[in-house]
Amino acid sequence: MKMLTVKDLSVKLGKFELNGVNFEVGPGEYFVLLGVSGAGKSVLLQIIGGLIPGASGVVMLNGKDISREKVQRRGVGLVFQDAALFPHMNVFKNIAYPLRSLKLNDREIDRRVRELADMTNITKLLKRNPANLSGGEKQRVALARALALKPQCLLLDEPISSLDVQLRRELRSLLRKINANGQTIVHVTHDYEEAALLASRIGVIENGSVVQTGKAPEVFSRPKSEFVANFVGIRNFFRGELRDGKDSMKKFLFDGGEVSVLTGEPEGAGYITVRGEDLIISEKRWESSAANSFPGRVIALEPARVGTEVLVDIGVTLSALVSKESVSNLQLEPGSKVWVSFKASAVKFIPG
Amino acid sequence: MTGFQPLKLFFVFLGGLLLLFVIAPLAGMFLETSPAEFFDTAMEKEVAGSIWLTLWTSMLATLIFALAAIPFSWILARKKFPLKRVISAIIDIPVVIPHSAAGIAILGFVARDTAVGRLGDHLGLSFVGTPAGIILAMAFVSIPFLVNAARDGFLAVPEKLEKAALNLGASPARVFFTVSLPLAWRSILSGLIMMWARGMSEFGAVVIVAYHPMITPVLIYERFGSFGLSYARPVAVVFICVCLVFFVFLRMLSTKYENADG
Repeated sequence: MKMLTVKDLSVKLGKFELNGVNFEVGPGEYFVLLGVSGAGKSVLLQIIGGLIPGASGVVMLNGKDISREKVQRRGVGLVFQDAALFPHMNVFKNIAYPLRSLKLNDREIDRRVRELADMTNITKLLKRNPANLSGGEKQRVALARALALKPQCLLLDEPISSLDVQLRRELRSLLRKINANGQTIVHVTHDYEEAALLASRIGVIENGSVVQTGKAPEVFSRPKSEFVANFVGIRNFFRGELRDGKDSMKKFLFDGGEVSVLTGEPEGAGYITVRGEDLIISEKRWESSAANSFPGRVIALEPARVGTEVLVDIGVTLSALVSKESVSNLQLEPGSKVWVSFKASAVKFIPG
Repeated sequence: MTGFQPLKLFFVFLGGLLLLFVIAPLAGMFLETSPAEFFDTAMEKEVAGSIWLTLWTSMLATLIFALAAIPFSWILARKKFPLKRVISAIIDIPVVIPHSAAGIAILGFVARDTAVGRLGDHLGLSFVGTPAGIILAMAFVSIPFLVNAARDGFLAVPEKLEKAALNLGASPARVFFTVSLPLAWRSILSGLIMMWARGMSEFGAVVIVAYHPMITPVLIYERFGSFGLSYARPVAVVFICVCLVFFVFLRMLSTKYENADG
């Protein structure tokens, strides 16, 4: 049985519209909804949480229709983008707030707050006021507070986007930990990297509906939305393992072969991406500083927003963005034999 | 930018004139009242009684009507409903009509031969010439100050915080009392002080509904009419002093809240 099912969800709010949104999330899954800003991701979460009335369609949680259920009894916890901590309460009181609705005694509340603070690593902050917390700390408090009621499904509205790189990494690892404890999570974001790093499955939301769902490599390699397709580079998206290589470079092994990567990341599993703009296509092997050079065969030419997207089979399919002039100069057509080269520094490794 | 700025100097001069306009009459009044006169007046039973009456009626008017005004302000801040603008405008009417006219309107509403008057009589409550009538007249002219301040206060509370509280299992009543009200409290307190101060200084509406018992503004008017300026002045000075003490104390209290919050 699915943990969360959203079926034909539609709503019109002024100029903005959600148009028959459908998706399902399994128990314990980390589902990321990816879409541009203004695609309706936050509205969707608030509708699931019962905070925006008037939507048609069905929201089922653990087999139960909660579409008409009171906000307080829905069993979903929502973390807002800016954490929405109560500014007149300290961290302890913020986390204790939902527990007070349960009519627990003070000792039990104290025990539960400390347990949650311990898990989210904010025990030292319990007496602080939200105004004195950093963005990352605020999100941790908001997570602890949302988890206090043990929601069946946790809804996260861009919790990481506003943080700097180091804090993002820390918060990601906390989110993974929460998910590993069995918590079902629906996370919305406009950041594909965040989606790739966290999601067990991704849904792409565009023009008010979910246009594609699937695992990260599937969604990024075969995009069905303009939004994802616009990241041409991300079509060159492969999962594998980073290993120690010779000299300053590392090797990335995946089922399509081996690629040299210039990265400071430690060895381990992860993804690589290469932007289509960084791939060079030549007739013959090209002697240059590019550490990666592969022979292949053109399988398709597709007009892109600017230039032409050339799909080359080198064992896996690579997508290169080249100018129309280069296509005619090299006389590229399906079946042409070519070489594809790119620098080790053009390869981006994302651990996860 | 430094240097000579004629425009700035001119503005400061205008401000100085304005301050002088407010301070000069008050200062003159204080200077013309001797300490002996001041203390004799303050000790007068009639004066002390009227000041006490003015204080407690205006305070009670504020507290009783706040019970309805504060939740209503929240509705005005948060909910969309037909004729909302019209209703907001109605709330402001007492500010723009002459207060003697407001007194006539209230008297017509609560006099003994009206439905409200008869109901009051039935409950042993008379509004004409009683503290109850004074409270109604004071509340009528001062309620816009509280409603407007409280509404602005609620508007300044991010709706997201109320939504977050609902999502965390709190009932709408709990959200109101633990999130909306505390976060709008600074504005509400300021509105309460303004309403109380405005009620306390009311003359026009009260004098028509209840000449007796005499609140201090009516007493000042009566002494002026019967005995002249020099008899009215010490009463006015004593009353202003009492008002200022309360006003400064309450302002300090609200500043303390401000500091605690920020």
